[in-house]
Amino acid sequence: MEIPEKEFLAPGHRACAGCGATIGVRLALKMLGENTVAISATGCLEVITTPYPETSWEIPWMHVAFENAAAVASGVESALKSQGKTDTTVVVFGGDGGTADIGLQALSGAMERGHNLIYICYDNEAYMNTGIQRSGSTPYGASTTTSPHGKESFGEDRPKKNMPMIMAAHGIPYIATASISYPEDFMKKVKKASEIEGPAYIHLQQPCTTGWGYSPEKTIELGRLAVETGSWILYEIEEGEFKVTYRPLQRRAVKEYLNAQKRFKHLTELEKDRIQSHVDAVCIELKV
Amino acid sequence: MVLKVMSANQAIAEAVKLANPNVIPVYPITPQTTISEYLAKFVADGDISAEYIRVESEHSAISAALGASGTGVRVFTATSSQGLALMHEIIFAAAGLRAPIVMADANRALSAPLSIWNDQQDSISERDSGWMQVYAENGQEALDSILIAYRVSEDHSVLLPSMVCIDGFILTHTVDPVDVPGKGDVDKFLPPYKPDHAYLDPKRPMSIGTFTDPNYYMEARHDMELALVGAKDVIAKANAEFAEIFGRTYDFIEKYRSDDADTIIVAMGSICSTIKDVVDEHRDNGEKVGLVRVRVFRPFPTKEIYEAIKGASNIGVLDKNISFSVGGVLHNEINAKMDVKANGFIVGLGGRDIKPTHISEIIEKTKNTTKTTQWIGLNKEEL
Amino acid sequence: MVSIGAAVKEPGSTRKNKTGSWRTFKPILDKETCIKCENCIMFCPEGCINKDYDIDYDYCKGCGICAEECPVKAIKMERE
Repeated sequence: MEIPEKEFLAPGHRACAGCGATIGVRLALKMLGENTVAISATGCLEVITTPYPETSWEIPWMHVAFENAAAVASGVESALKSQGKTDTTVVVFGGDGGTADIGLQALSGAMERGHNLIYICYDNEAYMNTGIQRSGSTPYGASTTTSPHGKESFGEDRPKKNMPMIMAAHGIPYIATASISYPEDFMKKVKKASEIEGPAYIHLQQPCTTGWGYSPEKTIELGRLAVETGSWILYEIEEGEFKVTYRPLQRRAVKEYLNAQKRFKHLTELEKDRIQSHVDAVCIELKV
Repeated sequence: MVLKVMSANQAIAEAVKLANPNVIPVYPITPQTTISEYLAKFVADGDISAEYIRVESEHSAISAALGASGTGVRVFTATSSQGLALMHEIIFAAAGLRAPIVMADANRALSAPLSIWNDQQDSISERDSGWMQVYAENGQEALDSILIAYRVSEDHSVLLPSMVCIDGFILTHTVDPVDVPGKGDVDKFLPPYKPDHAYLDPKRPMSIGTFTDPNYYMEARHDMELALVGAKDVIAKANAEFAEIFGRTYDFIEKYRSDDADTIIVAMGSICSTIKDVVDEHRDNGEKVGLVRVRVFRPFPTKEIYEAIKGASNIGVLDKNISFSVGGVLHNEINAKMDVKANGFIVGLGGRDIKPTHISEIIEKTKNTTKTTQWIGLNKEEL
Repeated sequence: MVSIGAAVKEPGSTRKNKTGSWRTFKPILDKETCIKCENCIMFCPEGCINKDYDIDYDYCKGCGICAEECPVKAIKMERE
């Protein structure tokens, strides 16, 4: 796969060393090119890329608030359409909190109305910008600052909200999951999303060195472990057709993924086995 | 001139048709709903070419309006009460991002208890947002105010959004004869919106909605203050040109038999029509009573109001809102900004009828200056 | 002093902020060993490795992803 050389997210941004979010945005923008308008929800990405009077964005970019990125994008897309600028791509970047929690209503509305836009949820599985609080996208067993483990708690006690399937229920033409550790798979999906008429949703898993608790050089390795253990499955739903886009040759033990992160360090073997059983069940169903 | 009989909601829709925005994101709410409906029909019939977005909430209505405005096009939205309260966060953002959005607000009480009827608590509660606010007395003024609002908001020295407020049901659902101006005249008055301060265009990439640290935020807010205060000159000029083209004259305030008055009532919105009748009755009895109607509430016309009321010995200010434990907002602002001792009256909350006898009661009560806010029209006498 | 609405009209202007000063460990890429697989280019959070495999030390924060993901260990992390 030919990867375009041009970068649309300039360096000098204030992301942590080893940030997974900026990797995801860089790769997505490479595929979308310069005739693109980006909308951000409030969150890490917005804060690290636009410290006034500077910006990292090489394309037009707008941010308004936390929960309304999809609604802002609806207005942008409609306004571009009204000016005949239908060749301009509108892409939204929202974190898991801005997508699965506070921004869910605006996103549902935008998807249901059929705006021609791409929504990319960069999922680091907690509110990282405010200091690692639990979101609806936080996985079972993870310790966060608002779902801490303790004498009476093993951490987050609810399974991760299944955002891609909520999007699928909207009957939109394209939904995909992706990982920054599988860039070609992700970039192909971004390309496909940009070529499809109507709303597209990509749920991008993106390890976070600060929130997950691992050394910064391991960002890609962690994303890989998530996929290779079956903890995060890469698939797409194109016009209602479900397809797994990557299958590990041999699924690795979920413990390898869990043990590499501070947020799961407190789990007992029993709890880790419970997570393994859950992963097994999903993988068997999806033939991964 | 052909007068057509219509509600203020329809008059506003006609104004929007004439202003020809590119994008209209709206969400229905009583008593604004018919504005949404008229505009939907205009789009369905091809009378206007706007993109009409059937958003899933008022929060998304103002968010989509702000996104659309960010691309550099004219937008319109409308709401009321709970809807405006739901927009609150983005109302501030729209002003801060200097987006010249024009919005109609059908004034309605805020919950709880739930009420669908008129007062002005909803828009008054947004007074600190940086939006301009105009309170119309009738359908004609509602229509004209929308056109003037676009002209002022889009002026490059202003670039702040405008809210045109009309009393729920009293104006939104009653009909009046309205002169709908011709498109040619409107185009003369209202040039196309061409921003250069911020717009989303891949040919000239800008970042809008950035993150400021304490080195910049305060200057950004100070610039808004300067723009809002400076908007007064732009409004005056727009009013003058409007009068020249359309023959109808508007000012920051309207003075009704107040020049030589001993007693002056100050109020906003549709109640002023009732007050004018009561003023006439009192004048017929030889009492020097007058009305000062505040039309433009933001930017606050301190000088204009003061000049109009300073000669009166008795001043009564009517508020269809309450800042609990302080009193009515218009009353408090007048007393705070001017060397006058006005009496404050809370009236008409949640659609409580304001009768001519209530106005006469207020005129009588202004004779004794008191700092105590008086509630008029309560079923049970309180305070 | 502040642009209207605090809009930024200079795209890519965070380049003024040289994040290379954050670095503790510096990646040294050996072009002899490099097989040009593009892993380091793709996975750099700063996007500061160009197609000729030159690392822009003005911005490299020293996260070490490039060294970790290099399949032939052509990149070594050295203390500054």
